[in-house]
This record gives sequence, C-alpha cells and structure tokens, in this order.
Amino acid sequence: MQKFTAIMLDGMSYAAWLFLVAVGLTLIYGVMRILNIAHGAFYAIGAYVCASALGVYYSLGLPGVFAFALMGVVALVAGLIVGLIVERGVLRNLYGRDEVLMVLVTYALFLILEDAVKLIWGVKSYFVYQPYAHFGFIEIGGLPYQVYDLLIVALAVVMGIALWFWLERSRMGRMTTAVVADREISAAMGINVKRVFATTFAIGTIFAVVGGVVTAPKIAVTPGIGVEVIILAFAVVVIGGLGSIPGAAIGAVFAGYARALSVHLAPEFELFAIYAVMAVVLAIRPHGLFARASGRKI
Amino acid sequence: MMKTDFRREPLHIAILAGLLILGFFLPDWMRFLLQTALAGGLVALGVALQMRAGLVNFGQGLYYVLGGYAVGMLAAKAGITDVFLLLIAAIAIATVAGVVLGLLLSRYREIFYAMLSLAVSMILYGLLVKAAWLGSTDGFNIPAVTYLGWTPDRTVRPDVYYITTAVLTVLACLATARYLTSGAGMLCEAVAENEIRLEYLGASSRKVAFIAIVVAAALSGLGGGLFAMSTGHVDPLMTNWTTSGGFVFVALLAGRGSTIAPVIGFFLLELVRTYALDFAPNAWQMILGSVMLAVILLLPNGLWSLTEWRRKA
Amino acid sequence: MHKTIIPLCLAGTLTATGAWAQDDTIQIGVPVFLSGPAAGAFGQPERNAAELLFDSINEGSVPAPYDSEGVNGRTIEATFSDEASDAVVEYRNLVDRNGAEVVIGYTSSANCKSVAPLAEELQTLTVFVDCGTPQIFEEVVTDPTYVFRTGLTATTDAVGAARYLVDTGVDLSRVAGINQNYAWGQDNWRDFTGSLEALETGSEIVSEQFPQVYVGQYGAEASALLTSSPTLIFSSFWGGDLEAFVLQAAPRGLFARSQVILTTGEALFPTIPDELPEGTIISARGPFSVFAPENELAEWFRTAYAERFGQEPTYPAWKMAQAVLGVKAAYEKAGEGADSTAAAEAMENLEFEAPSGTVRMSLGNGHQAAQSISYGTYVLEDGEPGVENVITYSAECINPPADQTAAEWIAAGFPGAECD
Repeated sequence: MQKFTAIMLDGMSYAAWLFLVAVGLTLIYGVMRILNIAHGAFYAIGAYVCASALGVYYSLGLPGVFAFALMGVVALVAGLIVGLIVERGVLRNLYGRDEVLMVLVTYALFLILEDAVKLIWGVKSYFVYQPYAHFGFIEIGGLPYQVYDLLIVALAVVMGIALWFWLERSRMGRMTTAVVADREISAAMGINVKRVFATTFAIGTIFAVVGGVVTAPKIAVTPGIGVEVIILAFAVVVIGGLGSIPGAAIGAVFAGYARALSVHLAPEFELFAIYAVMAVVLAIRPHGLFARASGRKI
Repeated sequence: MMKTDFRREPLHIAILAGLLILGFFLPDWMRFLLQTALAGGLVALGVALQMRAGLVNFGQGLYYVLGGYAVGMLAAKAGITDVFLLLIAAIAIATVAGVVLGLLLSRYREIFYAMLSLAVSMILYGLLVKAAWLGSTDGFNIPAVTYLGWTPDRTVRPDVYYITTAVLTVLACLATARYLTSGAGMLCEAVAENEIRLEYLGASSRKVAFIAIVVAAALSGLGGGLFAMSTGHVDPLMTNWTTSGGFVFVALLAGRGSTIAPVIGFFLLELVRTYALDFAPNAWQMILGSVMLAVILLLPNGLWSLTEWRRKA
Repeated sequence: MHKTIIPLCLAGTLTATGAWAQDDTIQIGVPVFLSGPAAGAFGQPERNAAELLFDSINEGSVPAPYDSEGVNGRTIEATFSDEASDAVVEYRNLVDRNGAEVVIGYTSSANCKSVAPLAEELQTLTVFVDCGTPQIFEEVVTDPTYVFRTGLTATTDAVGAARYLVDTGVDLSRVAGINQNYAWGQDNWRDFTGSLEALETGSEIVSEQFPQVYVGQYGAEASALLTSSPTLIFSSFWGGDLEAFVLQAAPRGLFARSQVILTTGEALFPTIPDELPEGTIISARGPFSVFAPENELAEWFRTAYAERFGQEPTYPAWKMAQAVLGVKAAYEKAGEGADSTAAAEAMENLEFEAPSGTVRMSLGNGHQAAQSISYGTYVLEDGEPGVENVITYSAECINPPADQTAAEWIAAGFPGAECD
C-alpha cells in the first residue's frame, strides 16, 4: 500500500517536473518548427541564475518567504533576456530554413551557451537548498514527502492552464494559433509573424528557465545539468505529439509514471523506461498521441 | 533542392585517394586523427545517403556501435583477430540490424524517423550500459588485429592500420557512388521531393527508403569496425545521441554533393575540435559551436557548395 | 593563473613531432575533466593541485624530500587537456603534437582503459590519478612498463566499507544500495555485496537502485529506499549526483531512518557540510584529507592549497598531488638526464613520500599503489566538518594479493588478507 502511494506521488512529482521542462520545447516547435536543443542550456542558465540570485539574497539575511517571489522574478527576467538575445541575434536570420538545419543551429547554440555558462560561473557547484527545506515535509500514508515537490506539481498545473488560456483567449495567443495553422495566410491577413515568433520563443525560453529555477534548490548546480534535460524533454514531447501542449502534459504523465513504476518495481529498467515508452508510442501512433493531421502534398 | 550529378564521382574519389596518399606523410598524431575521422566519415556518409531520401537519422550511432562491438567481441572474447573476418562481421551485423530496423522504420519520415531512430539507439545504449560483462560504460579493449596470419609489429602497425582504413574508405566511397547511380539510389531524391508522385509512377517509396537505410547501415558498420580497430577500444558512447548528432551535423554541413564530402567534412570537424581543445581547453565547445554557426550562416548549401561556386565562376 | 604554467597554445601545427622538448624543461600533459559534470568534482581540484605542485616544484618550495627545484633541475611545463573529449585521439595529440614526456591524469575508467595500451605503444610514462576499475593491470595491460596508477581501485573502497560496517557493529540485516547506472556504480555495488557475503553478514538486499547518471532527480529513488525500510544504505555516488541525493533524501528523513555510508562522502566538506547529516559513514577513497596522516608534506599541501584556492583540498586534489610527487620521485631516483623510459623503470616498485604518507607501488607488477583506507562517521565540530570513530585498514587487509584479481579475491572470501 505504501508502495502504491509512493508510486502515485513519485510519478506525479516527476511528471510535473517533466512537463515544466518540456512544454516550452513543444510550444516553440509547434509555432516555429524549431526543435530547440538549446532548451537544455536555457534550463541550466535558469538554475545558475537562481542559485546566484538566491545566494546573494540569503547572504543578506532577508526573510525566506520572499525568496519564492524572487525566484519568479528571476525566471521571468532571465528567460526574457536570454530568449530575446537568441531570437534576435541568431534565429531571426534563419527563419524559413530547413527543419533539420535549425536543429543544428540550436545544437551549436547549446555548445556556445554551455561554455558561456562555464566561463561565467566556473565549474564548481552552486547550492540554494533553503527553499527546498523551507516548507519541510508532510507524511502521506507513512511516507515523508517534501512539500516543495508538491508545490512544483501545483506550479506545473497553474502554468499549463495559464499557457492554454493565453493561447485560447488572448489576442496574441490567438494570433499565435493562427500562425501555427497557416503561416502564410496569417501573414497575408496582417499578422506580424516575426513578432509572434519572438513572443513564442521568449515564452518557451521562460518555461525552460522556470524549470531550471525550481530545480536549482534540489540539486547541485554544476556543468552539464542541461544535457540530460534535453533528451528527456524530447522524449516527452515526442510521446505526446510534437507541438501539442496537452500532448506534452500527457507525455509527461506517461514518462513520469513509467519511471516511478520502474524505480519501485524493476529498478534495473530505469534507464530504458522513457525510451521504451517513446518507442512503443511511436510504433503505435507514429506522430505521437496528440499529433495534428497534416495535409499530403500532391 | 540541390541537383546532384554523380557522373563526376569517380573523379572526386580519385581526388580523395590522392589526398589519402598524401595523408600517409602527415605527422603521426594528425594521421591518426585522419584515420579515426575516416571511420566516422563513413557513418556521416551513411547519414547523408538517408538524408537524400528525406530521412534524418539521429541514431546512426546504433550501427556504428554494432560494427565496433562486433569487431571487439570477436577479437577480445572469441579470439578471432583476422582483420578481414572482423570487418566482414562488422558490416554483416550492421546490415542485419539495418534490414530489421529498416522494415520497421522505413514508413516513418521527417522528425518522427529522427526521433524513433534516436529512441532505438538510446535503448541499445541502455542495454550496453547494463552489460557488465562488456564493461558497461567503460567498454573494453581490443587486441591488435592480424592480416591472414601476419601480426604487424608495433613499429609498422600504425602504417598498416592507416593503409587499411584508407583503402577501405575509398572502396566504400566507390561502392556508394555505384549505388547512387543505380535506380534505387537515383530515386532517393524523389522520395524526399514528393512520395505520392513517386508512387504514381509505380515505384515504392518505402522500398527506396528501405534500401537507403540498409546501405547506410552497412557503411556505418564498416566505420564502427574501423574505429574499433584503430583505437583498440569500444564503449557505449559510440551510440549515444551526442555521437549521432555529430554525424548528422557533418552530413548536413558537408553537403550532399559527393560521397567524399562527408568523409572530408568529418576530418575537418575533428581538426577544428582538436585545435579548439588545444587552443582553449576551457572554451573549446564554444569555438566548435561558433564555427558550426558560421558555416551554417555563410555556406547555406554546405561546404561542398564551395566547389560548385568555383565551377560556375 | 601563474606565469610559470605556459599553455602550449597551437605550438606546432604541422611540424611538431614531439622532438623539440629542450633539456631544461619537461613537458607534462595533464588530461582532466575541464567540462561536463565531472569538471567540478574532479577536474577542478585535480587541476588546482597540479598547478600548485608544478609551480611549487619549479620554485623548489615543496618540503623535503622534494625541496629541489624542478624535476632533476628541469622546469615543468604543463599542457592541460579536457578528458571529456576523445581520450585516445587527445592522448596522441598530447604526446605526438605537444611533445609531452609524461602524462599525469585521467579520472574516468573508460579513458584509463583505452589509454593504457596506447601509453605502452607510444612508450610514454603515464600515471593515472584516479580511475576506479581494477581491470587496468588485471586485464588491460598485464605486463605494464609505462603505465602506473598511484590511486586505489574502487574495490578497496567497497571492501573497506564492508569491513568497517562489520567492525563497528552496524545492523546489516536489511541492506539497500543506490549507485549510478554505469560501470563505477555497478562495480562498487557488486564488490560491496560480494564483500558482505565474504564476511558472512547474512544481509538481505532489500532495494538496488541504479538511477541514470547525472539526472539529479532522486525523489522516486528516495521513496523506494524509504518504503523498503533498510537498516543500511550504501552509495558510491559522487559529485553533483551525491550532493543532489543528500539534498533530496536528508530532509525526508532517509538518513535518520537508516544508517547511510557514502564512499566519496569527504568531497561534500567544501560544498554542503551543513546538509550532510552527522553520523553518516564516509570515506575519502584513501588516506586523504581528514584521514591523512600528520606529516610535513600534508600540512604544507593543505595550507598552500587553501591559501591559493580559498578552500580545503578534497580527495581528488590529494590524489593528483600524490601522482605528481610520484613522478618527481621516479625521475630523481633514475638520476640526472633520465628520460620517460628511465623514469618508468625507476617508478616500478617505488616507495615514495606523499601528503598521504608513504606510497608503495607494490601491486600490479609494481605499477599499482597499495595504500590504506579509512572510514569514519561524520561530525560537525564548531561548524567545521570532521570525522570520528575512524578505523584505518592497512593495504594488506583490503587489497588482493598480486596473483589474484579483485573479483576472484572477494569471491574466495579474502584469502591472505592481513588485518590488524
């Protein structure tokens, strides 16, 4: 019974984290057709910025509660700055190029950003564990569980709904949806596609940075933390269907529970759990669970 | 889309052969770099072949590692050290894997082919990491190979290995050029352009894709085998996605204009990597990334477009 | 950055074949992790220690017996290289292109395994600093001439851990393990469980977690360990993974409910000393850091390192210092004008002094160091990290005899082990 509780909680908590790191990737792909490898670097930047900002904050002896507000501010500012620099500086010059080529562009960006992070922060570990310990733990069915992890679940739900709301209800969001449906017609109807792209990329980047910011208190912020994230995020969005936001949520749940199940029941398969799910889903539904139907060119 | 004409291919390959003969006289370290780059270049060539059919394989490392482990396991565990047997085994195993996966994957296109091939290669990575008897992530070492009973001793071994690699690379390029001028090879671009029209014309796009996958697998298996022979060590990183990503990068940036483009491109990439590492051990990835970006921005059709431009002028 | 370390940037492009090394300098190649997840935990302290030692040796400011300037009077010039790139290719570049006469470095076992035969082929003195795998001299190069390892194998850690747990009477009825899913973690867990069997503890293995290396999310693993209610948890985690595991598992009471043993726990001292629960059993993978003996070299190393880099050296730094001093000792034993080959000859079965005490190259045909290992429980004294209840196991107690591989030795129940 305790094992069952543990699997439910662990699966949920891991799924929430996966959703946070993957949803920005799927948004950017859906709108811009860019499979962004630099997403992992954005995640790492988020973690580093959070660690530095909170490090300064705590060293001033300020009250712990407002640290969470600072984390939010840090994520927004860092995401916006990094996202716009990359979009304006590099990607803007390359729109309309081959999809695979864009993957390589973002791969090159990833390499550059990885070393940039290393040059700014060095290779030593950074720690900000105070937020993780702030709320302590509660016992659920005899199993101690960090409240912070449960808050990440809440955050993932809130951010998912907010994103959905933005896309469906706001003016900019509806323009974005129009661009997804047909880039050329949208442009003809007077939508500023480049602006839509810039906004989308910034939002996607903010999501990646948020992922890094909320993870920073749980880990040692060290070089290389972005690498594993990319591949996990890819798997999640491919399972759900590239470019679909509900797909990213479902993909995260699938992958999250696959890992939780394997850790508790068959730890030796943990390494393949996520790829196995991905392979099985693609074998049955080649375009992912929530893929849009695409037209055939004749 | 770039028009490719493979009638000039024998000339290109002759140039490659000439370069490789000159390469024999390079300093030891650079010749070794060239030797391992040739092995990797064959894999990049395999990726480029599939790319002509619109298939981007982000898991080509799978065949590379199979070739490498085939050589390694036969030589280190089964005691078969004859280089010809070993390399034939490497090609054979990769080809069999290519047939099996080709049957499964030839109906996928675009990013889905890329992701599924990536998933399969990473599952193999996971299996190899789990395999303690194969040294897990440490991999294992491979004894020196023999030539029909002759074991080259330490002083001539680097020369012999280089010659073996160079000769086989040239032969592989010739075979690939032969395939590209055959029906199945010529139809690849049609698959990438418009499958439905291709089907109306009575050809099976799936079959064309399947053949491209199998040919690429065989090339990559040979590449993996040669790499294993050269470095005397194999480990599961050969099938990690980062390795496969490098092959895609070279295939794309070298251009698809010739079979020798990915082979030479891979050497250039390795050269940039090692000099970046020597020049700035703390920031070599940044240099590598910047060079990649510069190539993408300045040479949209790949390095090979430099030769096209010269011809036009 | 000190001026005496001159990086050989783009030194020779096409002409270099390694012949330009002049008599008054000695070129040393130092491959360590400069990028990736191992850069912080291993690369940084190793590089720091190497730079400190090279500079101090060149100045002649290391205490006796290393107080002469340079190596046989030759000034050390170092080339650092990133281990995260292709090891075989970059090793050749170091030796052939940059003219390295000696190579000191390598942390990853995969790299050691692939480089070892090459070092023999290129006839270059190569000293491995770390590398856990016992296979180097058991399988890879069984008759070594140029390859040495001045650090202990992972087997030593695992055997020492099992002995310490038995000797201190820790409840071993229900044992769980969490180790990284790669060769290091797998080997450690195999050797540890094997040692428990050899010591007849009758332990039941209740959970075996093998999370993927570098993922950093251990919520599910911590739950699985908690629900299996072990009396002891063994982990060979290192670096960021270790730190993340402690940060995520300690607040949930994992360390309070079970005894935890961390084979690389000492590396947490400069990073998260306040988060590591007291009472955790830790080691430094040898007689390093808090486990080091009191001698002039140790005192000098600790002070000089802390002065220059602003923090105490962790065990990888001690291991690097040991390797560098071993090379100096070998060259000086071989005498004036010694080259790589002569130094390699002299290093065989060498006994030399290091900050960790006397190192005997007595295993692996005289190419593998034999040293003691210590375990202790973690304690904070006035906010300073330290250890108590330390037990040290001599080299003869925790290393297999020369004619047996580590695996055979453990399986046979440690025949010939001499423990006090």
